[in-house]
Amino acid sequence: MSRVTLLSLQIAVAVIFVAAWYVFSTYPVFGHILLPPFFFSNPVDVVKQIIAWFVSGVIWKHLWVTLVESMLAFVIGSVGGVLVGFWFARQPRTAAVFDPYVKMANALPRVVLAPIFTLWLGLGIWSKVALGVTLVFFIVFFNVYQGVKEVSPTVLANARMLGMKERQLMRHVYWPSALSWMFSSLHTSVGFAVVGAVVGEYLGAAAGLGYLIQQAEGVFDVAGVFAGMFVLAAFVIVIDLIVTVVEKRLLVWRPTVGESRP
Amino acid sequence: MAGTTTATAATDEAAVALNAVDVAFRLADGAIFRAVSNATLNVADGEFVSIVGPTGCGKSTLLNIAAGLLPPAAGAVNIFGKRLSDLNRQAGYLFQADALFPWKTALENVAIGLDIVGVPPAEARTRAKDWLGKVGLGAFGDRYPHMLSGGQRKRVGLAQVLIRDPKILLMDEPFGPLDAQTRQIMGNLLLELWSADRKAVLFVTHDLEEAIALSDRVVIMSAGPASRIIGDWHVNLPRPRDISEIKLSAGFHELHRDIWHMLKEEVIKGYAQAEGR
Repeated sequence: MSRVTLLSLQIAVAVIFVAAWYVFSTYPVFGHILLPPFFFSNPVDVVKQIIAWFVSGVIWKHLWVTLVESMLAFVIGSVGGVLVGFWFARQPRTAAVFDPYVKMANALPRVVLAPIFTLWLGLGIWSKVALGVTLVFFIVFFNVYQGVKEVSPTVLANARMLGMKERQLMRHVYWPSALSWMFSSLHTSVGFAVVGAVVGEYLGAAAGLGYLIQQAEGVFDVAGVFAGMFVLAAFVIVIDLIVTVVEKRLLVWRPTVGESRP
Repeated sequence: MAGTTTATAATDEAAVALNAVDVAFRLADGAIFRAVSNATLNVADGEFVSIVGPTGCGKSTLLNIAAGLLPPAAGAVNIFGKRLSDLNRQAGYLFQADALFPWKTALENVAIGLDIVGVPPAEARTRAKDWLGKVGLGAFGDRYPHMLSGGQRKRVGLAQVLIRDPKILLMDEPFGPLDAQTRQIMGNLLLELWSADRKAVLFVTHDLEEAIALSDRVVIMSAGPASRIIGDWHVNLPRPRDISEIKLSAGFHELHRDIWHMLKEEVIKGYAQAEGR
């Protein structure tokens, strides 16, 4: 499939979806409106709401807050995950001792922590950052742990035969291997950082996209809820594109799936 | 090295001396598996020795013993007359599997051996470029390993090992995964590089033709388990050699016939054991 065909098909999906939404929420079919506007709003109102947000400029503040929370959650969670992952992978005994607790903490649905974080850290950004950190940390931690554990034994033996000492093995073998695993989970961890921020905002905040959606929902403003969702989706897509660019630069040494050797 | 040797007279001169070496592994069920039994083998300085044996006879294991990656269960390993207790710092090891650092370019892969001993980066790069040229990859320095073919990766591996100028070269079926033509080209490249400053080479292969074409001596191992060294043949073919030409000579054929006569039985035994497992 050529790029042009693909793009036109992708656009077609959106056009058909929006058209169907508009038609079924505006015109009755056999005497019934299939998508009552009270529950489903309609595309025109949603677009109007989005435009109103951008024209008045209120949306920027909320986007900025969500962005800051997501980035802080990502950075703090990643640094923690890398350090602890590295530490556990190099100290099997420590890892064995903490293993059941790590599993327990990871199995816990993180949403239940949100009220506690709000209690501890207040309604500001830090309770949202904390929620995001608990999500990002485990993804990065497991990947780094795996990355250090699964260094190819041949590469390791080669490094030792080339004369590397423990510190050099860290720098030239374990570290790049761990980072490559971390970067390969970049999409997931960035995504979870955003999830943490938005869910935190939704459960209690004074600003952010989650707060915006929650406010609209509180007054049965369905157009506002949908508008918030679309802005959030666009926000996530932009972040994902940036991550893809970063990933391509960082993992230049890795073959992409399906790529064949020259 | 002179004057520091403490070993017996028999191993004084040898670059690598395996003395009655046993190799054993503890299996998952607690039983001891004896891979190699009572192996005695000397490689003189500057000598090219190949170990040939059927699949699973423990020839790679023997190489790991000489590298110090694996301690022997019994017996001693002496390197230039000194008892080996840790990694063999005098040896370069070319592995069968891909052992290049995938996150480093070809040039960085070659330079790393110098980087870690504190050679200034600029000098390390210059010498690495020089070595990439020697293995015929001068224009490929900025490629990552996954962008290179199997043969090219082996060339980088060869340069990576040789740039450190080890006194001993250990090679574990290094050209095993390559196609026949590439193997021949790599064999000639190896001989060319080796003849420049004859290092002691211990070369493991299952390919008898390759072993004869490259080596001064061919050592035959019996089928495992508890495999032994059962034959030691001198290859008195003239050097410098070209692998494709030497395979046509009468001396080569004679030697090949004699050694194969012995090896054939072991290969059949080896297969029978593998099937019965």
